[in-house]
Formats: sequence, C-alpha cells, structure tokens
Amino acid sequence: MQDLPPGRGYRHRHGLRPREQGKRIVLVGNPNVGKSVIFNYITGIYAEVSNYPGTTIEMSIGRLKNDVVIDTPGIYGVSSFNDEERVARDLILSADVVINVVDAVHLERDLFLTLQLIDMRIPIVVALNFMDEAKAECLEVDVDLLSDLLGVPVIPTVASQGTGLDKLVAAIESAQVGHSDPLVSQRITEILRMVGSPQEALLVLEGDKVISAKHGVPPGTCREEFYLRRRQRVNDIVAHVVRESGISRRFANRLGQATLSPWTGIPILAVVLCGIYWLIGVLVAQRLVGFTEDTLMKGYWEPVIRGLVLRWLQEGSALERILVGEFGILTMTMTYLFGLLLPLVVGFYFALSILEDSGYLPRLAALTDRLLNGIGLNGRAVIPIILGFGCVSMATITTRLLGSEREKTIATSILNFTIPCSAQLGVIMLLLSHVGAKYVAIYVLVIGSCLVIIGTILHRFLPGESSPLLIDLPPMRLPRLENIVRKTLNRSKFFMKEAYPWFIVGSGLVAIMQVTSMLSVWQSLLAPFTVGWLQLPREAANAFVMGMVRRDFGAAGLTSMQLTPAQTLVALVTITLFVPCIASTVVLVKERGLREGLTIWFGAWVVAFLVGGIVSQIIIR
Amino acid sequence: MTLDQAKKGSDLQIVSISDSASRSQLVRMGISEGARVTCHEKIPLGPVVVRCRKQEIAIGRPLARKIIVKSVKD
Repeated sequence: MQDLPPGRGYRHRHGLRPREQGKRIVLVGNPNVGKSVIFNYITGIYAEVSNYPGTTIEMSIGRLKNDVVIDTPGIYGVSSFNDEERVARDLILSADVVINVVDAVHLERDLFLTLQLIDMRIPIVVALNFMDEAKAECLEVDVDLLSDLLGVPVIPTVASQGTGLDKLVAAIESAQVGHSDPLVSQRITEILRMVGSPQEALLVLEGDKVISAKHGVPPGTCREEFYLRRRQRVNDIVAHVVRESGISRRFANRLGQATLSPWTGIPILAVVLCGIYWLIGVLVAQRLVGFTEDTLMKGYWEPVIRGLVLRWLQEGSALERILVGEFGILTMTMTYLFGLLLPLVVGFYFALSILEDSGYLPRLAALTDRLLNGIGLNGRAVIPIILGFGCVSMATITTRLLGSEREKTIATSILNFTIPCSAQLGVIMLLLSHVGAKYVAIYVLVIGSCLVIIGTILHRFLPGESSPLLIDLPPMRLPRLENIVRKTLNRSKFFMKEAYPWFIVGSGLVAIMQVTSMLSVWQSLLAPFTVGWLQLPREAANAFVMGMVRRDFGAAGLTSMQLTPAQTLVALVTITLFVPCIASTVVLVKERGLREGLTIWFGAWVVAFLVGGIVSQIIIR
Repeated sequence: MTLDQAKKGSDLQIVSISDSASRSQLVRMGISEGARVTCHEKIPLGPVVVRCRKQEIAIGRPLARKIIVKSVKD
C-alpha cells in the first residue's frame, strides 16, 4: 500500500486522464489570488475546461512540456465543506507537485492552506503573488525568511505582468515537502499504517468522512485542535515576515469601502445594474441578436438551407417540415442556437467574468444579505437572481454557488417561476407601454408578491436551515481583458457543447407534434382555461404553446391579438409566471434533477393560471 | 457583547464562536478565538464587516449574534 505513488487510485476512479510520463502539477490557492492568470501563463493557449466528473465544478487542464497542469477551484483549506472543496481535495490528492499561489497582501489567510498542504507532506512551491499590491499597501514581505520558516521555495510574482513566472516554472523541480507541525506529523505516523498516504491520513484525522470511509476507519476528531495550532503558526510566521510601513490610501480600498456603505453602495449598485442591463439587455439581446438572428440566420442561413433541402424533399412532406418547417431542426433550432443563444451566452459569461474578477460580487452579496434572509436565502443568492433578468437558464447554472441544497431549490424556483428573462422583458415592456401606469403597477406588484410568497413558503416548509452569510471580501481590482476573454470563450464553448443536443431534441419534438397535428389538438384542449377562466380570446392558447418553446415567443404571440388593457395585464401576468422555455427547462432538470425540475415545470402551469385567473376575476368585469 | 452589537470602527477581540459549523471556516480566514479585529462596516440590519489586518470578511447578522467579542483599547 505504501509503495503506491500518492493518490493514484483517484485518477482512475474519477476518470481523470491517466498519467502519461510527466508529472501532475496542481495549482492550489484561495479564491482571487491570480491562479488562473498563472495557469494561463504556464500552459499557453491550449487549455481544456470541463466539469469535474460527477459535479458541476469547472476545472481546467493544460500542459507544460510533458507535464499535466491542473487549475483547481479557489479554496480556503483542504476538506469537504462544499463541492469546490471536494473537487480541489481530490485533485490535490492526485498531485505530484502543488504550486500554491498565495496573496502577499493576505498572508494570514492564505498561509493556512499552505501549512495544511505542508502538513499533508506534498511537495510544494509557493508563488507569492500580488507583490505589487503588497507594495502599494505599504507591506514588506521577507521572502527568504518566509521560505526558511515554511521549508519550501517561495517565488515572488506579479502574475498580471508576468513577473517571476519563469522563475516559478523553474522552481517546480525543486519543490519541497516543507516543515510540518511536529504534533500533526506524529499523529499522522501513528495511523499511516491503516491509511497508506500521509495526505489521506491528515484528512482522516481532520474528520473527512469520504476519505475515512474509503479506508474503513472512523473519522478523526483532531480538526479543531489542528486548525487552531495551524492558525497560531500562521500568525507567528506572519508576525515575523510581514512588516507594515505607513498607511496606504489606495483608490481601490476607498472604492471597496464605498460599495459597502449604504449611502454610496446603493447608487453604485444601481449603476452596476444599469450597466449589466445595457450590456446584455440592450447591446446583446437587442442589437447583436437582432443582427445574428434576423439578418444572419433568418436572412441568409434559413433560405439557403431550405433551398438545399427542397432539392431532395418534396415541399409539405413530413420530413421536410421537421427539417426546415416552422419549428424545423435545421431552421428554427439553428437560428435559436446560434442566432439567439450563442450571443446571449457569450454576453452573460462576459458580464459575469467582469463582475467576478473585479471583486464586486461578494460586496454585492453583503449589501443585499438582509433582504434575501427573509426568503431563506443569503446574500450570495443575489447573483443568480440578477442574472435571471437576463437569461434564466444561465442564472439557474449559477445557483451552484449557493451553500445548501435548500437554498439552491429556493433560488431555482424563484428564477423559474417569477423572473422574466431579457428577451421576454423586452416584449413585456412593449405591451405594458400601452396599458397605463395603473396596470403597470399592478403587474409589478403581482409578480413581486409571487416572488416573495414562493420564497417564503419554500423557506417555511423545506427542511433544514439556510447557511448564514460568511464571505471574504477581496480587494477591488481592475479586471484583465485577456483573462476575461479567455474565461468567457472557454465557458461559452463548454456551455454550447453541453446544450445543443438538448435543443435539437426539444424542438424536434415540437416539430413532430406540429406535423402530426397534435399541436392544434393541444390548442383546443387549452382553450376552455384561456376563454373561461382567464377571459382571454381563444387564440391566446397559441401563446402558451409557443411560450413553452421560448418565453418571449409566448409574449410576442400576444402582440398580434386585439386585447383590452385589462386583458393585456392578465395575459402578461400569466405568461410571465408560465413555464420556463425549453432551454431553461433542460438546464433546470440537469441542475436540480428530474423530480424537482418537473415539479417546478408543472407547478408553473398551476401558478400561472391560478394567479392569472384571480387577477382576471378581480379586474375584468 | 455579541459581534452584531459592536460599534462601527471599534477594535475588538474575539472571545468565543458558538456556531460550530462556521467556526472552522472562520479560523481558516483568520478569525479564531483571541484574534483582534476591527468592526469595519455595519450594513443596517445586515451583515457586519470585520477587518483582520488587510482582510475584510462579511458576517451575516444571524452568525454575528453567535460570536462573542469584547472591545479592546489601544
């Protein structure tokens, strides 16, 4: 057992590519320490972004000559408090060498992880990053002393400028296991025979359930003791190596402070929200999509492909209609995927990457925490909810960052029930502009109440407790364009690769329904509800059929109908609360499982018709 | 007193943290029993932002109520 190289079992079990010849170098560090910039520098352009098998956590794999380099999610320590940590833990256990990236300004936080890696007896080299910021903060770090105290090479770097990175790469050869805590070391030796590797032994001692179960030993109870000893060691080291000379007055710090104080924080938030709305709602969703969807896809692609298909197939035949008809796989699906979804996805990931890299998101979470507590969420949930106003399917993916399953369920439900996406919002705003201020107010009030009621009910009845906000606020930084572009492209590529088969399946089904005239049967089935209960014209049923495919199709279907202002309001309330589009439904099922996904989907029928009907019965008479 | 009662700008020492689920995570971020922090910002009814050297951490009110602190004067 002891002869095995560390962590070999993990590679096979988790489907990671087996080692070819080189080393496996794993980049580890706290969030926002510049890991990905270093990763990009080391591996060049060709990195592969994928989900870690069995999870929704991204990992990037690249190469350095013969060696494999892996970037991991940012973590504060090795354990299994959440998905990120479990993924990072497994990747660390599979490492031959770890490059530990630490932030020179936040050593007292970052060295905790460093000492844990050293206690695990993994060969590491430390990249002491943000040396420029440390200088701006009037901090002096004694690099040689730090290296002596840790017992590992420490390379000062400024990753964003490439400073020190060649030295870092050269230092990988001389990675060391470092000076571990003697008491921890002794305890590890005591159980090494049962567990096999010191890495896993430490995790067992610190109570990691998964690793303990793997070796059939009870989880250890040393976590508190080890953590406190480690904390003490970190504080001692920092006291010796860091010297503060003077007080810094950096703009970034003052901006960071301003985002938190309510008087300045709320106006800043408003500016940021308008900026996001302008970028995604106006620039991408209207102008860019207008070009890609109407000009490019509908103007050029669809006539060309239709012409080609018509050479081989007879017009009006079933196959012709499935391939290039109104809902055709080669026409509507392709237009939808490349004309509409692709620009939106790129726009989203671009905005999200800027927000992430600027360090604003955690501050926003702090600012909105109190509001979200009432519906069983904490401040972190503000991120998916804001994104939902752009695109609900993208937003549903970001619910991953919430702390518990309970919070993910609440956030996903709110998104899929009540938040209209940017495409739908455009059509809704157009229709609302004709009905007068009173009905606009009623619309906002009804949808807002639904959000609060759904959140409150779920908060009340879902078992468990929501996690309190505990979030580290990184300094505000100007995002680097190169990093943003790279992140955006990698994520978009990955999303499209995962999504496209589902869209083909989804719209293929609708096309087949149309060809077999099941679509019109469904329209008649729905009519009693629309005419009797909602008091809308019979044709409104069409809007709901279309709404299942795409939310804004549903709303757009209403524009051609003759509706009174009251009927418009009822129709808009109903269509807003109606089921998510195919894209969101697919993502919903993928993220939350079939049962929860279908519950939300069918629940949306009930809620939409119930609330729409109630509004109708009150105001139309 | 508990952390949510601390005044903005005051210097504090952490006495105890009674929420065991968050204790380990706080220790990792640098906030352990005995640590010196500053109450950096209090968002009305919302989280308390503490500063520990250069590090800022936002702690939701429900958690702040479970952290006992005492004020220290330099």
